[in-house]
Amino acid sequence: MQFILLIKDIYLVGTTINLTDSEPAVHTDSHMPTERTGAQIIWECLVHEGVNTVFGYPGGAILPAYDAMLDYPVRHVLVRHEQGASHMADGYARAGGGVGVAIATSGPGATNLVTGIATAMMDSVPMVCITGQVPSKLIGYDAFQETDITGITLPITKHSYLVTRVEDIMPAIKEAFHLATSGRPGPVLVDITKDAQQARLGWEWNPTPVKLRWHRPKQSVSRSDVAKAVDLIKASKRPVILAGQGVLQSGAINEVRQFAEKINAPVALTLLGLGAFPASHPLNIGMMGMHGEAWVNHAIQEADLLLAFGMRFDDRVTGNLKTYAINAKKIHIDIDPSEINKNVTADAAIVADLRHALKDLLDAMAPADHGAWLKYIGSMKGDSAVRDIQALPDNGHLYAPHVINDIWRLTEGKAIVVTDVGQHQMWEAQYYHHEKPRTLITSGGLGTMGFGLPAAIGAKLAKPDAEVWAIVGDGGFQMTQAELSTAAQEGVKVNVAVINNGYLGMVRQWQEFFYERRYAATPLRSPDFVKIAEAHGLTGLRVERRTEVADVVRRAREADGTVLIDFRVEQEDSVYPMVPAGADLDAMIRRPPQQPSVLVESAADPM
Amino acid sequence: MHHTLVALVEDKPGVLNRVASLFRRRAFNIESLTVGRTDVAGISRMTVVIDSDQVSVDRVAAYLLKLVNVLQVEDLRDIPAVARDLALVKVAVAGHDRAQLLRVVDETRAHIVDSGEQTMTLEITGEPPHVDAVIARLEPLGIIEMVRTGQVAMRRGDTALSAARYS
Repeated sequence: MQFILLIKDIYLVGTTINLTDSEPAVHTDSHMPTERTGAQIIWECLVHEGVNTVFGYPGGAILPAYDAMLDYPVRHVLVRHEQGASHMADGYARAGGGVGVAIATSGPGATNLVTGIATAMMDSVPMVCITGQVPSKLIGYDAFQETDITGITLPITKHSYLVTRVEDIMPAIKEAFHLATSGRPGPVLVDITKDAQQARLGWEWNPTPVKLRWHRPKQSVSRSDVAKAVDLIKASKRPVILAGQGVLQSGAINEVRQFAEKINAPVALTLLGLGAFPASHPLNIGMMGMHGEAWVNHAIQEADLLLAFGMRFDDRVTGNLKTYAINAKKIHIDIDPSEINKNVTADAAIVADLRHALKDLLDAMAPADHGAWLKYIGSMKGDSAVRDIQALPDNGHLYAPHVINDIWRLTEGKAIVVTDVGQHQMWEAQYYHHEKPRTLITSGGLGTMGFGLPAAIGAKLAKPDAEVWAIVGDGGFQMTQAELSTAAQEGVKVNVAVINNGYLGMVRQWQEFFYERRYAATPLRSPDFVKIAEAHGLTGLRVERRTEVADVVRRAREADGTVLIDFRVEQEDSVYPMVPAGADLDAMIRRPPQQPSVLVESAADPM
Repeated sequence: MHHTLVALVEDKPGVLNRVASLFRRRAFNIESLTVGRTDVAGISRMTVVIDSDQVSVDRVAAYLLKLVNVLQVEDLRDIPAVARDLALVKVAVAGHDRAQLLRVVDETRAHIVDSGEQTMTLEITGEPPHVDAVIARLEPLGIIEMVRTGQVAMRRGDTALSAARYS
């Protein structure tokens, strides 16, 4: 009897929803509260927030929500491990510019999300994670699959909610979306007990936007801040603009460009800023930091003014803070007040949305010309095209930079590239030149191995018409390679380039440089990746020579479904230049000259 | 150097945890942290004393403000403020001159709030250095048990950090 009633309930709900209709299955016209379960309210809210794709894994405490899901126009991507769900939601958000949603059950489901949440927190990615929790009466009793996930994720979420009552579900989810996207974006977790999901409530959508009165995501630009910055800009002879991910997030691409052009100043990018300023723009001097271009790091050290736009002076960017750009004044614009004076003391600071701040600055400042300074930086770079390695001789070995540079050339620089973490990530940053925002997706702050493949699947689902490449190492790929199965099941096409050098390459490089080549736990035996792909019903290809790259990349692009290419690259190549951790920014380890040279760092270097 | 931060926070579950976790995560040492109600329902007030330099205190204040449940933060450095700490101290009365203890009580504005056969319990209220000084005088007499509330503080004068503004 009970069972029949339940089916009847679901059926009744189903009659109000037409799944074949393209309209969202949500009532917006009626002002009469309709009885809903907490589980239904979750989906009502998600649909109202514009969610049409979620990444997750079901389990006991989230079962009511999964049951209700079937009645809503939302695509659920079943991952193979919840870490995949949080990375996919992350990649989805970064590629599409919206909010990524990950769902998991209580206990291990929730804890498996943690690495992905921390990744999103460090890189300020808007994400909402919904987890099931044991019934509220069991909280604190060590119930089966109980874990304090709001406690565990406290330092790695922007905010979190533990919801134990059905009437709190809508406010929590609405606030979660508001917080995830406002100010400096970040992940928000909503943990909802099973009984709250099962309880019923006369409910209607509250369309009033969330206003957390004392939460101040936006700050206005003060005139004195602008005036101070304008004075510093006017006085500068050797300015460098440091553009970070904030440029992408505030949508200030055009403003940064206008700004750079107005004062004719060079633009250096952080790893997460790549794409925020076109690689081909004459004022773009390249990436800064640990594996940045040598001339960029020298320019920063010799600058008399740094204009930090939406970047946070990460230690990978600054090297030794005591010697970092000591002759430069610093103008720091960031939406997060806690970033100002955190690592580098600002001479002028504007706490605001970058786009608004730059608009005000553009109005207030006069054009300037720094031709001589640009020419000087150009002389450090050399006069031919930067990192143009096509013309270099083929010595029979396959080098990762060549592979990545070939992928750039063959995709005409138009692909969305998602990387894992390690040497291939840095080579991607150096040899794939990004013209457009949100075309490089990479775990910068946390440096999460295993990020690449799931984030690429998420990116493809956010941008189904884009060509998506996952460039991963043999180490990181194996951390989440089970998500190949997700790609196969979901029919998602990403091209996976495994840069396979048989080592945990970046760690090996550190061991080579700093630990006397004692390769502790870095040699890596891998399965046959081609067979792995084939075992998933996907295409697997292998490349061992540079002459094969173009043809195989072409075949991968033309093939239906996800393709994996196993690139067997030089085993002990290293990423250059390199600023050792904590060293002065201009104390770089440079690539030793080779004869004949197959790779150079800059055209000014001896070949 | 000791700094006193005052924070108005929403009275919601987990807020104390968020604040305490922030100090731990960012590697700041809390000297004392007190939390209690304000005149406005739903808003609590925290007084946090940390031993740190000014740059770090500015950082902490900025981090605190980022917490969604934190409504306002005030750094009382350079601001004339009233600060109070309260200690309850149970002192042994056996084995020494009772008059000696009563003299300390008399000279230091301490109050006897309880007395037993073997012990006497004193309440000491005042600026934290005053409380420190009284405790130092009681130590030779034999402190059996002690508890301190930690510092609470408020601006002097008519300027107020009024919780009503945030309700």
